[in-house]
Amino acid sequence: MSANVMTMPQRERTWELPSRGHVAMFALIVAESAIFVIFVVAYLFYLGKSLTGPTPKQVLEAPIFYSICLLSSSITIHLAVKALRAGDIRTFRAWWFGTIALGAAFLYGTAHEWHRLIYKDGLTISTNLFGTTYYSLVGLHGFHVIVGLICLSTVMAFALLGDVQQQHTYRVDVLSLYWHFVDVVWVVVFTVVYIIGR
Amino acid sequence: MIVVLCWFGTASFAGAADPPLSPTNIFAPASTPANTIFGLSVFVLAVTATIFVVVFSLLAYAVVRFRKRTDDDGREPPQVYGSNQVELAWTVIPVLIVVALFMATARVIGSVQKAAQPSNAIEVIAIGHQFWWEYRYPALHVVTANELHVPVSDPEHPTPTFIRLLSADTDHSFWVPRLNGKTDLIPNHPNSMWIDPHETGLYLGQCAQYCGTQHAKMLLRVYVQTRDEFDRWIQEQGQPAHLSDTASEGQHIFETTACINCHAVAGTVADGRFGPDLSHLMSRDTIAAGAVPNTAENLRRWIRNPDAIKPGSRMPAMELSDRELDAVTAYLTTLR
Amino acid sequence: MSTDSIALPGSYEASRPLVDRLHEWVTTVDHKRLGILYILFALFFLVVGGIEATIMRIQLIRPQNDFVSPEVFNRMFTMHGTTMIFFVAMPLVFGFANYLVPLMIGARDMAFPRLNAFSFWLSAFGGLLLYFSLVGANGLYGAGNAPDVGWFAYAPLTAQTFSRGHSTDFWTLAVLVSGFGSIGTAINILTTILCLRCPGMKLGKMPLLAWLNLVMAGLVLLAIGPLTAAQIMLSLDRYLGAHFFDTQAGGSAVIWMHFFWIFGHPEVYILVIPAFAVVSEIIPVFSRKAMFGYPIMVAATVAIGFLSMAVWAHHMFTVGMSSNANTFFVLSTMAIGVPTGIKIFNWLATMWGGKIHFQAPMLFCIAFLFQFLIAGLTGIMLSAAPFDWQLGNSYFVVAHFHYVIVGGILFALFGAFYYWFPKMTGRMYDETVGKLHFWLFVIGFHLTFDFMHVPGLLGMPRRIYTYEPGRGWDTWNLIVTIGVFFQGLSILIFVGNLLWSRVKGKHSGSDPWDAWTLEWTTSSPPPAYNFATIPTVKSRRPLWDLKHPEDPDWKYE
Repeated sequence: MSANVMTMPQRERTWELPSRGHVAMFALIVAESAIFVIFVVAYLFYLGKSLTGPTPKQVLEAPIFYSICLLSSSITIHLAVKALRAGDIRTFRAWWFGTIALGAAFLYGTAHEWHRLIYKDGLTISTNLFGTTYYSLVGLHGFHVIVGLICLSTVMAFALLGDVQQQHTYRVDVLSLYWHFVDVVWVVVFTVVYIIGR
Repeated sequence: MIVVLCWFGTASFAGAADPPLSPTNIFAPASTPANTIFGLSVFVLAVTATIFVVVFSLLAYAVVRFRKRTDDDGREPPQVYGSNQVELAWTVIPVLIVVALFMATARVIGSVQKAAQPSNAIEVIAIGHQFWWEYRYPALHVVTANELHVPVSDPEHPTPTFIRLLSADTDHSFWVPRLNGKTDLIPNHPNSMWIDPHETGLYLGQCAQYCGTQHAKMLLRVYVQTRDEFDRWIQEQGQPAHLSDTASEGQHIFETTACINCHAVAGTVADGRFGPDLSHLMSRDTIAAGAVPNTAENLRRWIRNPDAIKPGSRMPAMELSDRELDAVTAYLTTLR
Repeated sequence: MSTDSIALPGSYEASRPLVDRLHEWVTTVDHKRLGILYILFALFFLVVGGIEATIMRIQLIRPQNDFVSPEVFNRMFTMHGTTMIFFVAMPLVFGFANYLVPLMIGARDMAFPRLNAFSFWLSAFGGLLLYFSLVGANGLYGAGNAPDVGWFAYAPLTAQTFSRGHSTDFWTLAVLVSGFGSIGTAINILTTILCLRCPGMKLGKMPLLAWLNLVMAGLVLLAIGPLTAAQIMLSLDRYLGAHFFDTQAGGSAVIWMHFFWIFGHPEVYILVIPAFAVVSEIIPVFSRKAMFGYPIMVAATVAIGFLSMAVWAHHMFTVGMSSNANTFFVLSTMAIGVPTGIKIFNWLATMWGGKIHFQAPMLFCIAFLFQFLIAGLTGIMLSAAPFDWQLGNSYFVVAHFHYVIVGGILFALFGAFYYWFPKMTGRMYDETVGKLHFWLFVIGFHLTFDFMHVPGLLGMPRRIYTYEPGRGWDTWNLIVTIGVFFQGLSILIFVGNLLWSRVKGKHSGSDPWDAWTLEWTTSSPPPAYNFATIPTVKSRRPLWDLKHPEDPDWKYE
């Protein structure tokens, strides 16, 4: 038989399907959440089971300021996307930069906290079960913040070169979904580590 | 396959003492928990066999009856898209079957797992090692290895043995099919199981959780004895090791080489716990966790180079000379 | 295999240098080519895994055999399991999904073609990494070489103390990397199905294959994460002194089992649901009837997807969980048998009253039905926890899961091979040779896996490199090993048929089976753009509607 294609009847009504970027980002978020859930479960399971060493109560201080920084960055990124959607590139750049700065501040806070925990309190990943689960959970989250910051900085670089325009709102919006996810994860981690765990 | 199952199932009903098919046949229970499990398994097999016969017949019928005939007219058969009644029927019936199976199963879980330990139960602590079994009878002050002795239990007046399962290294599993299902030995996760064998004899099994190179040769031997025989065995095992003048050279080599780092001989300086307790080594039928019979020749082979019998076993070859080997073997054969 | 355009004899296309054509394949982002790459990759590892199995079976042909050492045997079962699950079954599933899903939903490609390619090459690299362990890895005491901790790598056997050198790390990293590839593909499948369906193809009008691959993709997203997490934890334990599974520091060996099986059980549904998918396409066409109970099939599959996340600890009945925990998992596992059984009945009802054609695709699907029925029933036996206390970790379990994976999944996928081979290559395979493959494989499969149940019932545990005489296991093991050679021969015949037919087979045309879904509307092989114009559909069987304008499906759906 030759390469005839049987044509199907054509339709005039609009055929609307969800947007690829958002669906894919949600799917990625589901997969990442599954990884985080396991680390959270391990953290909760091992609470109080360390045989030695410093306990959460003894050494943990809730990083309230830096958490506010991170959670505010969700607001700034939202405002950035809103500005870009309206075509206001300058405002977009400002809020976008603010987001990166707040994220970087959070990372600095984590580094500062870890420095104190390691050198002053003697808590490392191999000290006891608390050290193991704490550093791996907070570290996994921090790793996701770093990846997010790299992506955000890439967009910042393009924005400074004038290559980010209103028509790119869709892509920037999808990326901001990832950033919101990172913030939501921090809410969970913060609750588990600094509230429940102490 | 069903025919095979039926055949050997009935064959195993006959002759509980040494079942014709296998000494480790799960369908030849000789102890209450194994019996209870057997009862459940018969019920489950009956249900699944019925389902199999029904569905298989329907499938076979469909394949034959609705095949395309050679004189087919080429027209498409009537298209049937579904039927709610039929779907309901073949949802409800399986649900009912599941309920029945579940209830039967839940009951057996309770009766085996939550059995209360009577005060006259023998208590054993089994510690799994790579690749041997350590047995302690804490109340009776006995420590031994690889061959477990328990008293027979009269169903009218049961004297079960309750075994606490621990591990010194990786995961293992205690499986003597005719006495009970298997339970794992997991470090930092104590488990327990119980057996009450109804007939004397030797019951076989082996480790059932992959634990490393010699998982295959971590065999189980459970000697079920009359009460008198058991009490005598306990008494003998509780004694310090026999002293013998003729074997003093071997004993000296044993105690000055690294042997005592791993092995214990009660009443001497040897008190290592990494390897099997050797105080009454010659009271056992086998060595290396059932790998070979316990003869002087096998002992000598083993000490010379454990890897020759059980490659990957944790005992290193001690590089003894032939003379030293003869002496040590002679010493060990005095440890009755 | 497939080319970008229809090759006319003597054209430029046919005479391009090999290097150029290979380069095209290596850099392709076309879902059809990536699908074929996945399938070829899987076929290669099927042969490798088969060799590993053959080595094991020769060692076990009689008691106290010394064909291979225990160290080698233990590596064989680890590599065999890891290879077959991660580098044969998963790629086959993703390969068929890749090839078929866009075609069947009237799309031009997957949602993210470059991600698609990246995911494939990640998985391929994972396979390479696992086998590199055979030549790389020189750890302490020369204890490098292939991993030997079993494909589920229980702690604490995987700790540095008990697994020196890097063999365990090869396992961890190879599977971790290919896991990322799996997540990428799952995101792609999910997005493609939700966002790229052609006009008129509402979710309720999609072919069942699309629905089932959608459920599979969702399961991948949920299930691979736990495995990734557990492997990160294991690596932290091994290299940074963490204590996740360090029982000396209060850690738990059991929690590894939980994490692994939270992945491991949905994983087997990830493998079997696409097998259901192809069977759901083939049986209707070869019975000449619409699928019976399409909405129920969708609902049952979604139910299976959800339930599969709640049954994992039936792999842990012997571990010493509380009786409440054991009871719960008995209930959830038995419950999942209900929607699964419903699917078998619906396939039966599809055949009922039809006109069954017995070509190779259908032969394999019929065998699937019988064999999957048996596999499901042995699964019910295992779900009764006390019965599992005897049967678990024995050859009964090995027989059960091979019955599912070989007797169910592989048979269904062979059916898929034969069914879609004409579409992928434009040529018909040789039907007689296909039937020979079928019968040889059926004989070999049943010789091996029927009789494998018996040693389990007689007390033979799994993962042992040898066994004592006098346990009553000898004859059964001999029969099991003999079956392996029939299977091996049949696979060779299968591969030979594919290769020969690719070149010499009769031209198939676009619709050799008189089928009803969109992939049969385009040429064989399809052009790179799949469809000249994106179709609009009105029912689940668009071609049926065209071929039977007096009695279209959309009147009845």
